[in-house]
Amino acid sequence: MTNKAIITVVGKDTVGIIAKVCTYLADNGVNILDISQTIVQQYFNMMMIVDASGMTKPFETVGAELNELGKEIGVQIKCQREEIFDKMHRI
Amino acid sequence: MINISEVIETNKMIEQENLDVRTITMGISLLDCTGATTLQALKRNVYDKIMSKARDLVRTGEDISREYGIPIVNKRVSITPAAIVGGGVCKSSDDFVGLAETLDEVAKALGINFLGGFSAIVSKGMTRADEMLIRSLPQALAQTERVCSSVNVGSTRTGINMDAVRLLGQTIKDIALATTERDSFGCVKFVALCNAPDDNPFMAGAFHGVSEPDAVINVGVSGPGVVKYALSHVHGETFEVLCETVKKTAFKITRVGQLVAQEASRRLGVPFGIIDLSLAPTPAVGDSVADILKEMGLQAAGAPGTTAALALLNDQVKKGGVMASSYVGGLSGAFIPVSEDQGMIDSVRAGALTIEKLEAMTCVCSVGLDMIAIPGDTPATTISGIIADEAAIGMINQKTTAVRILPIIGKKVGDEVSYGGLLGMAPVMPVNRFDCSEFVNRGGRIPAPIHSFKN
Repeated sequence: MTNKAIITVVGKDTVGIIAKVCTYLADNGVNILDISQTIVQQYFNMMMIVDASGMTKPFETVGAELNELGKEIGVQIKCQREEIFDKMHRI
Repeated sequence: MINISEVIETNKMIEQENLDVRTITMGISLLDCTGATTLQALKRNVYDKIMSKARDLVRTGEDISREYGIPIVNKRVSITPAAIVGGGVCKSSDDFVGLAETLDEVAKALGINFLGGFSAIVSKGMTRADEMLIRSLPQALAQTERVCSSVNVGSTRTGINMDAVRLLGQTIKDIALATTERDSFGCVKFVALCNAPDDNPFMAGAFHGVSEPDAVINVGVSGPGVVKYALSHVHGETFEVLCETVKKTAFKITRVGQLVAQEASRRLGVPFGIIDLSLAPTPAVGDSVADILKEMGLQAAGAPGTTAALALLNDQVKKGGVMASSYVGGLSGAFIPVSEDQGMIDSVRAGALTIEKLEAMTCVCSVGLDMIAIPGDTPATTISGIIADEAAIGMINQKTTAVRILPIIGKKVGDEVSYGGLLGMAPVMPVNRFDCSEFVNRGGRIPAPIHSFKN
């Protein structure tokens, strides 16, 4: 199993979203491999591909804490293992 | 590398189009429990074996669900048909009721919502144990909450056991009576099958066949909402485009199921069995097989063209799905339950869909007449006649067919019953009132069909 995860942030654009997410990731040993963003139907969509192998907390905990962080900022943040996207879109 | 539009597409399927994995079902063989010499010892063996294998099933399912961000709706267990397991020590129907209670206890202890396999395989004849189990069903299903039962009454190789079909007509009525105060809820947990597969992960027909290993992980996928959404973009296009769209969508849905199955298998240390490529609807708006048929261009499910549309859908789901999974099995096709599909409910209410049309639809899809409420005063022989018709379709066409029919005691055509949750709500449908009792009461078997000279 690869140890990459996809973090998605969806919501209304506001100052400091990326900064807050990146700070959290840095504090928890998560290395960012790639960032891309787009606007879909007036919503800010950001996707990060991260390396979860150095995570200092269990994967589930990071997912739950990112979700909480999203609630504080007013956006939806999800952290999912990469395979679900890889399996669905790659043969 | 995965790009942002692919990520958005996947998450949109999950969040807005009801994509989920419907069930992770662990099949557990109880053949090694049958050495017990007393009922008490058998119950202890059964309880301990199921606990030891499935202890972490629910937690593992929840972990996978959180880590991948995909809902896994049900975690379930299926067992070796109980008539085989209990045959040695159960001396009466009451003994089988006791065994069902033990299964219910273990299901509750595991936190699973259903345990399937309180079953008998009687395609050619009934053993004493098979018959005792069938006769125990009214009490067993009334006294337990999570135990599901199935009886296989026929197969392409053996023909149809009409003695069992006759007995089941009466048994279904008795189950309905025993659970009158809960709108005959017991019948929801029972299904009569023909050509039942050994590896079906879906209830109520799941059991762990004797051809299976000690334990196995089978996964049932879902996703009618995703297919419906995809088809909403191809209105006016040819059948070629329609088929391609269904196929591609089925591939994507199935790949998620395959991932979850492999991951569950790895984490639980139990071999992966099969993926069941089924479009399983829920009462949620938009998560409906009937809505897919409408999206294809029918005014309502049941309109002329429905059988053709369903045949196309079922075939394309399989064609897309087999490419996505290394092992496909179970029922694999579109389910057409009435109460669990808002679009089907609407069609029945509008008068577009009858039992006869549903019967025709079962010829081209999995599985059969499912979750259909009928008046409580329907004669037992008529229910047997309906089971015989479905079994005949399965037997002749070499496919699985099933009947999960709900005679609702005290209700008549036009009334409705609500079971809540995924089981939904069923309008009571009219049944053909002409009699078939002389046919059903003949006794014996319908012989196996010839396999040459096909027309």
